Amino acid sequence: MKKVIYLDNAATTKVRPEVVEAMLPYYTEHYGNPSSVYAFSTPCKKAMAHTREIIANALGAKTEEIYFTNGGTESDNWALKAAAEAYASKGKHIITTKIEHHAILHTGEYLEKNGYDVTYLPVDEMGVVDLKALKEAIRPDTILISVMFANNEIGTIQPIKEIGEIAKEHGILFHTDAVQAFGHEPINVEELHIDMLSASAHKLHGPKGVGFLYIRKGLKLRSFIHGGAQERKRRAGTENVPGIVGLGKCVEIAVASMDETKKKETELRDYLIGRVMSEIPFTRLNGHPTQRLSNNANFAFQFIEGESLLIMLDMAGICGSSGSACTSGSLDPSHVLLAIGLPHEIAHGSLRLTLSDETTKEEIDYTVDNLKAIVERLRSMSPLYEDFVKSREKKEIQG
Amino acid sequence: MYSEKVMDHFQNPRNVGEIEGASGVGTVGNAKCGDIMRIYLDIDDETRIIKDCKFKTFGCGATVATSSMATELVIGKTIEEAMKVTNKAVMEALDGLPAVKVHCSLLAEEAIHAALWDYAEKNGITIEGLEKPKSDISEHEEDEEY
Ligand SMILES: Cc1ncc(COP(=O)(O)O)c(C=O)c1O
Ligand code: FES
Repeated sequence: MKKVIYLDNAATTKVRPEVVEAMLPYYTEHYGNPSSVYAFSTPCKKAMAHTREIIANALGAKTEEIYFTNGGTESDNWALKAAAEAYASKGKHIITTKIEHHAILHTGEYLEKNGYDVTYLPVDEMGVVDLKALKEAIRPDTILISVMFANNEIGTIQPIKEIGEIAKEHGILFHTDAVQAFGHEPINVEELHIDMLSASAHKLHGPKGVGFLYIRKGLKLRSFIHGGAQERKRRAGTENVPGIVGLGKCVEIAVASMDETKKKETELRDYLIGRVMSEIPFTRLNGHPTQRLSNNANFAFQFIEGESLLIMLDMAGICGSSGSACTSGSLDPSHVLLAIGLPHEIAHGSLRLTLSDETTKEEIDYTVDNLKAIVERLRSMSPLYEDFVKSREKKEIQG
Repeated sequence: MYSEKVMDHFQNPRNVGEIEGASGVGTVGNAKCGDIMRIYLDIDDETRIIKDCKFKTFGCGATVATSSMATELVIGKTIEEAMKVTNKAVMEALDGLPAVKVHCSLLAEEAIHAALWDYAEKNGITIEGLEKPKSDISEHEEDEEY
């Protein structure tokens, strides 16, 4: 295999060798069912308790507030559907945003079909939720506010503390989809007034198919997956013990190295953004310049289309992603890019590059060098660019 | 996801560019997904043979490849023969496209028609079977079977 430069860490990440190593014994040695009585299963129970402790510590929560799930999507579904059901007698209004992950948006649409009212808050051109609009959207029958901690496409970090305070003041539950932020950004559920929080291991150099939902003690949320008595009867099904062990290990490493990783990633990210913005004309940085995930850069290159860009990057061994309509299979560009006000044709030319702590400056330089040539090549083939150049020439002659 | 032929035409697109003083130019787009294709034709008025064809495209890999293949297929053909270069013919020549990308090949067919229409209008002639092209093909594509 040729060398791959992996800059799509928002999609998923490489599992750390230490994480794999920690998981392996739970396949072949400690394979007992944690629900069983015999001592053979004790290591499994212990390992799960250990992960719960690591996560609870990371969030400033209690261990009994952490429920293992199969990932971000399940946690989001559970939080929204169960809160909607549990608090239906109080009201049927939910507030979320236009830029959530589909795990929230499509769950919102499902609830709308089932008699709930959902408000999708707008964001500004940097992707920050409008707090005034949030306050205005609150009604006596509002039962839940769900706002993502950080956006998966443009990396913008939301004013979670302010939102938590507003929710608390009004006695409304507050859920946050922290799939992109947990382990990357410091989060304390007490300080931020978070009642529910979704997270996933595979965005954090852990295994796929495991995550958790934090549910504040005292919330009446019922089970979402019915069956056995696992997870205090709230999430049935024999636990993914090796996965849960991996989750614990990757969170432990992420928390211990958070400051260092953030510093390193931010430096490289800003180097990447700086080079791209100064060396490639007609380019826009999507998302907030500073209030953004340390590993996220998202650009829109005018006059070109994202899928062509991705294929050409792939030919150079570089993995990225795009919000272009052509990559969506649905003929619509990303809802996030539309929500920050990009016109269709500019959303078309978007490119997301997301780094990890293993990304090197050499990789960034190689990527930018290739990117420059590719953007130039695609522009030379673009009728939009041709029109732009001609109209500019005309103006110059007239002017 | 794409066939080898598609990748070849994407990596080494034939006939990219403009023709100065072209006999006919056609630009079509798909307003829904936002893609745009422009075809330039150089036609011999006597023999009605397409001497040269160039394109510019704003769109996905399939769009680039279908533009490139379409230009190859029409060069050297008479107007009448070029009218038979359908999106299906272009797709076949490329060893097929993924189902979600079939609509991209419609752009190529429509852009050639638009360029021929432009030529016919400029010269006051009619081309059999040629209808006034739509500048936006997204309506048209609904009835296409994928
Ligand atoms: C913000 C956000 N929420 C939810 C998810 C879904 O998480 P998972 O893949 O663990 O189901 C993702 C991952 O794509 C995400 O980025
Ligand atoms: S041009 Fe948009 S999908 Fe092909």
